[in-house]
This record gives sequence, structure tokens and C-alpha cells, in this order.
Amino acid sequence: MADALLNPLSLTLSVQTSEAFAAPAMSLADRASRALESGVWGAVMYIVIGLVAVLTAVSVLGLVMSYIERKVAGHFQCRLGPMRVGPHGVLQSLADGIKLLFKEGIEPGDGDKVIFIGAPIFSITATILLLAIVPLAPGIQVVDMNVGVVYIAAVSGLGVMGILMGGWSSNNKWSLLGAMRAGAQMISYEVSLTIALLVVVLFSGTLKVSEIIESQQQGWWIWRGHGVAIVAFCLYVIASTAELNRTPFDLPEGESELTGGYHTEYSGLRFSFFFLAEFANLFVFSALAVTFFFGGWLPFHVGNYEGFNSVMDLLPPVISPIFWFGSKCATLIFILMWFRWTFPRLRMDQLMRLEWKVLLPIGFANLILAATVVLSGLYFFPSAT
Amino acid sequence: MTVEVSSLKELVEQASGDDRSPDTQEYFVNMGPQHPSTHGVLRLVLKLDGERVLRCIPVLGYIHRSIEKISEHMNYMNCVHLTDRMDYLSSIMNNWAVSKAVEEAAGIEVNSRIQYIRTIFAELERIQSHQLWWGVLGMDLGAFTPFLYGIRDREVLNDVMEETVGARLTMNYVLPGGLMADIHPNFVHRVKEFIKYFRPKLDEYDDLLTNNVIIQERLRNVGILSPQTAVQYGATGPVLRGSGVAFDLRKDHPYGVYDQADFEVPVGTIGDSWDRYWVRVEEMRQSLNIVEQLLDNIPPGDFLVKKLNSKIKIPEGRYYSQLETARGVLGVFIASDKKDEPYRLHYRSPNFNNLWCLEPMIKGDYIASLIGAMSSLDLVIPDIDR
Repeated sequence: MADALLNPLSLTLSVQTSEAFAAPAMSLADRASRALESGVWGAVMYIVIGLVAVLTAVSVLGLVMSYIERKVAGHFQCRLGPMRVGPHGVLQSLADGIKLLFKEGIEPGDGDKVIFIGAPIFSITATILLLAIVPLAPGIQVVDMNVGVVYIAAVSGLGVMGILMGGWSSNNKWSLLGAMRAGAQMISYEVSLTIALLVVVLFSGTLKVSEIIESQQQGWWIWRGHGVAIVAFCLYVIASTAELNRTPFDLPEGESELTGGYHTEYSGLRFSFFFLAEFANLFVFSALAVTFFFGGWLPFHVGNYEGFNSVMDLLPPVISPIFWFGSKCATLIFILMWFRWTFPRLRMDQLMRLEWKVLLPIGFANLILAATVVLSGLYFFPSAT
Repeated sequence: MTVEVSSLKELVEQASGDDRSPDTQEYFVNMGPQHPSTHGVLRLVLKLDGERVLRCIPVLGYIHRSIEKISEHMNYMNCVHLTDRMDYLSSIMNNWAVSKAVEEAAGIEVNSRIQYIRTIFAELERIQSHQLWWGVLGMDLGAFTPFLYGIRDREVLNDVMEETVGARLTMNYVLPGGLMADIHPNFVHRVKEFIKYFRPKLDEYDDLLTNNVIIQERLRNVGILSPQTAVQYGATGPVLRGSGVAFDLRKDHPYGVYDQADFEVPVGTIGDSWDRYWVRVEEMRQSLNIVEQLLDNIPPGDFLVKKLNSKIKIPEGRYYSQLETARGVLGVFIASDKKDEPYRLHYRSPNFNNLWCLEPMIKGDYIASLIGAMSSLDLVIPDIDR
């Protein structure tokens, strides 16, 4: 096997075999770590494939999600959304993308040019790094490190840097206000986000993302962990909405207040980088919620009830993960969009109060409760893990 | 009482000066003339400490079209048409205000059919104005959807009015001595249909915004305008009534046929943004009641007692007349020198006075509250500058 990995071609071929689906233990990531040990070319090839895959994913996600968002918004608002470009406007985001490519990239005269140009790249890098750890199907995951949850917490905090840089370097007081709001908001809500994820870490007993999914073979944590997991999930949804800067937490943009917040001065492709990052993040945070609370690509299982489980397993092994992961993820994304097109925006002080006086105490209490539940085995099917 | 007059430049220099220390500094920010929440070309100069508003200085004149001056070279029939462009959301009421002033000054008696139709149209327009305001308030507070809901229902009403009037925004319907045209044969029927359609929608409005916890948080105890301040600053309309002063020209000095309709004047309690919000939503219900009561009793008669484009001469003197538009008291002052053109025509527009209430109600609060409070004032900028 090690010899085979020396040849980059064999690596690409082996990804396509059913072996990857059959044995999750031999995931892409494992292959990569082996490749690192056994040869440089395998590792380089792997990095290239991974990067290309993630970059493609970011741009495709940006296109698809912005189309979906506009359609959903349209139907929420008694109108149709994009209808002109292509059937039902499916090519609208493509047309917008081409338009953005041709727009002039304006730089503020007195702005800090280096930081100004770097900010959108920083923002999208954080998204790419985060997307790398999202498990899409058994073995389809770019990196699967043993401290995955810590990685998620660390990298998701990186996105705020891009926003802060963008607001600071724009030489615009409104932008600066937006950036400062973003900084305060994202750093605060990161705490709740991590605490919510820690509950699942306690349940599954591992920090590795793929193992967290494997631990849900008997049932998803959202119902096996009953009350505690549901509270954690609610905390996660609220905190991730704030992380994503979406309504009701869209203060950094705050269109009616700050005329666009941190990206007021951005145009053309640089603006679209922020835009892409935002939409890709929407997918990433939904996918992570699915991974942690809804069993990732796993079908709905109830403990050892073989009859019920076998009905759920009826889908063929290639379609099953796509169906389950896709439908769960789409539902969550829809809920987040529902939020955005229903709620008004909170005020800054209310936002901070909500986090530090409401969510955080609940989060800590919930974490302690979760530890008690796990220690005493009070959740469903404790023997399974 | 002393009045401090200082230019904007002096203020900015006072605030920043040569201070280069790393401590926090107060700073000035221009909100407008191009800003999504000023709904037009209003410019506010804000003095900020972080996000707190220390001063809020409105700067006017960006949409001044000298309507008053132009009117001095027009006869009284023509003056009316310019008033559509002042408060474009109460154009019929603006027309009516001038017509009322001219009719009172020249002693023209209009028949009761005209008065009925004018009153019904004024109330319908009040509803459509509040519909738009309701949607825009949602948008200012970050919820985009209410805007389209408001517009959706406003379209229905606009269609009804368009059938009679022929226009959707600058309606241009009321003239001194009557109306531009008689009501369309379908009008009564379609207004009844609209009332049936819109009453349940008002409950939907409540579901979407009124009962939303974030809206309550954003509006309650924000931008408190005490009744004393409101009266001092000359605020009128829902802004004044939101502060708990039950002053409504429709009730206190009835004109048109308001004395024949049974309606209530909603009044707020403490004068915060929420009270102003609630007063307007309630006003929509009351306006529906008024229209419903008057609709079946429109008497027969002519729709114009004077000849169209006839030259009306007003005896020498000064005349003042006022009525209640969707935003407050619109006063019309005419100084006449016996000609068929006014020597001076002045409008006391409600938005101008309401605008200045912004600073006392928002001092020391956040920018986000400023947006909410400004939205609750329901400003139409072309009416401020004229």
C-alpha cells in the first residue's frame, strides 16, 4: 500500500473505488497522513486535490446559496425572486458573478492598502480552512485531525480578523463601527458556540469529527442526549447565526444603520470574496450542526431496533449519505434563512446582554448538566458508545 | 434664555481639535444626505462617543424646490398641483389644505358630496401612508419582509384610488371648489372590498412586527418625547399623540365631514417610539372605521362648484387654514393683495417640526436607537424642505 501511495496516480484512483465508502477507517485523511510518511509527491498531490476541491466547493456554494437565499427571500416576501436569467433565474448568480468580475476594484485613497486588499483574502481563507474539516460522506473529508473540535473553534475565530481588517483599513467611520461591532459580537458568541459543541464532545468522548459521527450509529445526539442536547443545539443555532452575521445578528453589516458596515468600501471581486465567505460559512455551520447533533451522513437509527433501522438503511450506500446529509443540511440552512427574512435586528447592547447574561450562563449550566448525564449514563443507549 | 449659534465647522473643530492622544475621542459622522435610513436626502450630523449619540444636528436644504416662491407666480388653482410634491404620501390632504384655505378666504361653499368624497379619500390616503411607514419601520429595524407586506397591501389600495384619480402617487385630485373628477362607479364597491381585505391583514401586521419581542425591545423606552417637549417643539400628528396629547384636528376642529363619523383618537402614554408605533397602527383601524361609516352616505350632487381653471380672487388680508395630514398639522398661510395670485404662500409642514424632536428624544442613546426613533417619526424629507 505504501508503495502504491508513492505513485500519485494510484491515490487518485483509489479514492474513486468503493473501498473508501466501505471502510471509513481508511479515510482520505488517513491516506494523507500515510502519504506524508511515505512520500512527498503523494502529499503534494493530496494537498492539491484537497485545495481544488475546497475552492470549487466555496465558489459553487456561493453561487448556489445566493440563488437559494434570493428565491427563499422572494417567496417569503410574496414575490418570485430572480426569474429572468435562465429558467426560474437559475443562472442569476452566475450573471452576478460575471458582473462582479468586471467591476472596478476601488480602493479608498487614505486607506491602508495592504490590509485593505488582504482583508477579503483573510476572510475567505478562514472559510476554506473551516470547510476542510466538514465531513460530507464516509471518507470524504479533506482533513480529519484528532483535535477536530479545537480546530473548528480556532479557525472559526479567524474570520473575524478579515472583517476587522476590512473595517479598519477602509478609512471610513461607518466601516470602522461595523468592524468593531463584528469583533465584539463574534468573539462573544464564539464562547457559546464552543460550549454548545463541547456538550457533544462529552457525549461522544472524542474530539475527532469522524468519530463523533461514528458515535451516533445508535441514534443522533439531538434525541439521545434529550434535553441537554436540545438546549445545546438551540445555543448552537443562536450562536452560529451571530457568527454568520445574519439577521437578527447582522449588526456588523447593519444596512439601515451603517450602510453596509465593514464592506461599505469594497467593490467588485473583493466584495464578492466577503460575500462568498458568508455564504460558504452558512453551509459550513449548518454542516457542522448536522455533524454534531444530527449524525452527519448517518440515517435515522433507534438503538438496536433492527427492523426499524433496516428500513432506514434501505437506500443504496452511495446515495444514502448524500440523501441524509443533504436533507439535514438543507433543512438547517432553510431555517437560518427563515430567521433572516423574519426577524428584525437586535441592538448592540441587547446583543451583548443576550450573550453574556443569558446564553453563557445557560451554556455553562448545560455543560455541567451534560457532564452529569454522561457520567451517570442517563441518556438513551449509553452502552452503544 | 440664550441661544447658541455655532457653525458646523466650529463644532467639529471644538470636538477634535489638535487632540492626538490615544484616548477615546468624540467624533463627527455624517449620516446622509445619502443614507438608507434617512429616506431621502436628509443629512444628520452626528457627534458620537463610540456608538452613543451626543448630538444630532439636522442639516436641511438638499431637496429644496422653492415651492412657496413658485406659488407666488401661480393662480390659486395651479398652486394646488405643487403641493403633491411636498408630502407625497398625503398628496390629497395637501391639495385639500390649500383648497380649504382658498375656499375659506374666497368664501366658496362646496356641497356635501364633495366634502364626503374628500374625507373618504383623505382617510384612504392616511391608510396607505401608514402602510408604507409600517413597512419602512420594519426595514429600518433590520427586517426586510414587512416592507414588502406593507407595499403589497398599499398596491391594492392604490389600485382602488387610481381608478378614480388616475394617478398613484401625485394624486392631484382636490381643487379649490371641488374635485378633479367624480368618483368611479366601481369606487364604493371596491373600497368595501378593500376594507374586507385589509382588516385581517392588520392582524397579520401584528403577528409579524407588533408582537415580535425584538421590535418591542427596540422600540419600548427608546426615544422618549415628553408631552411638554413635544408641544414646545410644535410636534403634531401621531408624534404628538404618541406623547399623550390628544390633539387631532379631525376631532378638535372638525372639517370635511369628520363630525359625522364616529371614531377614536388613539393616544400613547409615555411618548416612546413604541407609543408612536402603536398610535399609527391603531389609526389605520380607525381610518377604516371612518371610511366604512361614510361610504354608504355619499349624497348626490356636483363634484365641482367652480369652473375648472377659473381665476379665484381673494380679498386683501391674511388667511390661515389647517388640517390633519397623515403626519400632523399642515397649515396654509395666504397673504393676499386682491390679485388671483398669492402675495405670499407659506406652508407649516408637520415634518419640519417633527424632525427637530429627534435630538431631545435621542440624546445619549445608540445609533441603532436613533434609526428606530427616526423611523417612528415617519419623516418625509421633501415636506421638510419644500
